[in-house]
Amino acid sequence: MSVLMGADDVRRAIARIAHEIVERDGDPTRIALVGIRSRGDVLATRLRAAILANEGVQLPLGILDITLYRDDLTRVASAPIVRTTEIGFPVDDRIVVLVDDVLFTGRTIRAAMDALVDYGRPKAIRLAVLVDRGHRELPIRADHVGKNVPTQPRDDVRVHLTEVDGRDEVEIVRVEVPA
Amino acid sequence: MRWQRRHVLSTEDWSREEIELVLEQATAMLEVLARPIRRTPALRGRTVVLFFAEASTRTRMSFELAAKSLSADTSIITASGSSVEKGETLYDTVRTLQALGAEIIVMRHAASGAPYFVAERVSASVINAGDGWHAHPTQGLLDALTLRGALGDLAGKRVAIVGDILHSRVARSDIHTLVPLGARIALAGPPTLIPSAWREGSAPDGVTYERDVERALDGADAVIALRLQKERQEAGLLASLREYRTAWGITEERAARLRPGVPVLHPGPMNEGIEIDAAVAHGPRSLVERQVTNGVAVRMALLYLLATAGAGAAERLDELAPAAPPTEVPA
Repeated sequence: MSVLMGADDVRRAIARIAHEIVERDGDPTRIALVGIRSRGDVLATRLRAAILANEGVQLPLGILDITLYRDDLTRVASAPIVRTTEIGFPVDDRIVVLVDDVLFTGRTIRAAMDALVDYGRPKAIRLAVLVDRGHRELPIRADHVGKNVPTQPRDDVRVHLTEVDGRDEVEIVRVEVPA
Repeated sequence: MRWQRRHVLSTEDWSREEIELVLEQATAMLEVLARPIRRTPALRGRTVVLFFAEASTRTRMSFELAAKSLSADTSIITASGSSVEKGETLYDTVRTLQALGAEIIVMRHAASGAPYFVAERVSASVINAGDGWHAHPTQGLLDALTLRGALGDLAGKRVAIVGDILHSRVARSDIHTLVPLGARIALAGPPTLIPSAWREGSAPDGVTYERDVERALDGADAVIALRLQKERQEAGLLASLREYRTAWGITEERAARLRPGVPVLHPGPMNEGIEIDAAVAHGPRSLVERQVTNGVAVRMALLYLLATAGAGAAERLDELAPAAPPTEVPA
């Protein structure tokens, strides 16, 4: 197991992404943040606080649970728990920034986009992630990335955030593949 | 906790954790029902058969809406207009449903225990949508969800259930769902329509029988009025409908004496002016419409849990013995 990002790295990455999100579109009043459970919501909350501090604008914040949109529900042994989605603002004509902790196969993001468009027609959907570990299985890329990490498909990237895990840290558990 | 069950036949043997899990999932489903597009793809390509061998409008529609909100394919079989009328046995009907690819069979039947008979003989999951006097588990769960929404934690809450308890699968399922959540139940109704053992002091845990309705309503945190099944009157178990209303009805006057904010529930369809006055049924205390919405959410939750947990169930069939059928109707 090795540490990919310490607390300072996580803090700096979030600060930078907060600037990038606003810089990209110029007008922060058109942007909304939607975090994907169960760590994207924490990151989205931090991004909102950072943008409020930088720009004085409080962005709408939503939380998305993608369970009912997963493409593997017929393959799982036991029903994954569905958590409540909370999107308390119209997404129509907004630039919605999806926020997640790790971008891997892209399947979660595909599910999140399908879920989001059931709430309306955003002007655009963008993607911000703390870690991009590669190995996409769908044509999806992130607009804002905290850190790109080369991994093996079977490696385990774990994001810990203070609000749920008591500390800020990203670590990787490498799986040795016998030669 | 993880969902383990393949069938939903009764909540009588459920743990509190299982009830809580379904209520938690139903709460998430309520949000889906509030969306501009009330449909998610979770059960796309899955087949749910609604087999209603006994009359029902709201429960059937509720299950149908629940299945459609999860994108499942639905087929509806009712007793009239199907081969059941031609004398096909329950077993043959159900084998046919399974051969047609039903993964979940939602069934209502006039015979207590019928869903157990079916569950033992098919690989599909079975949800009991009401069997005779025995059980109506989704009604118990939706009443629990509704009461939770109105009262919060049900620990120590007093729920009055008034009416024909003897023939009521709703009353039984309410008891089996609300008592594990900590509620205490006060039953009231004509003595001829209360199981005799319950009347004589051996009611189930958490349940008491009150001889008159005022005592059941006194101090109640919520009231559930049961539908009077008018055919009971023919059997000589009731004097008259007018007398029933006077003695046991949730009338406007009785509702006015409840503490402020105490809600009134009814499983429907309502006989207004008999077991519940129209002014109560449509008044500020009424949660009847909330029950309808919550019913869809609870059924979505169960369909989701069964369809998803059932994905690997085919290989586990041999290991999972179906629950034992009830040996006799509780009386």
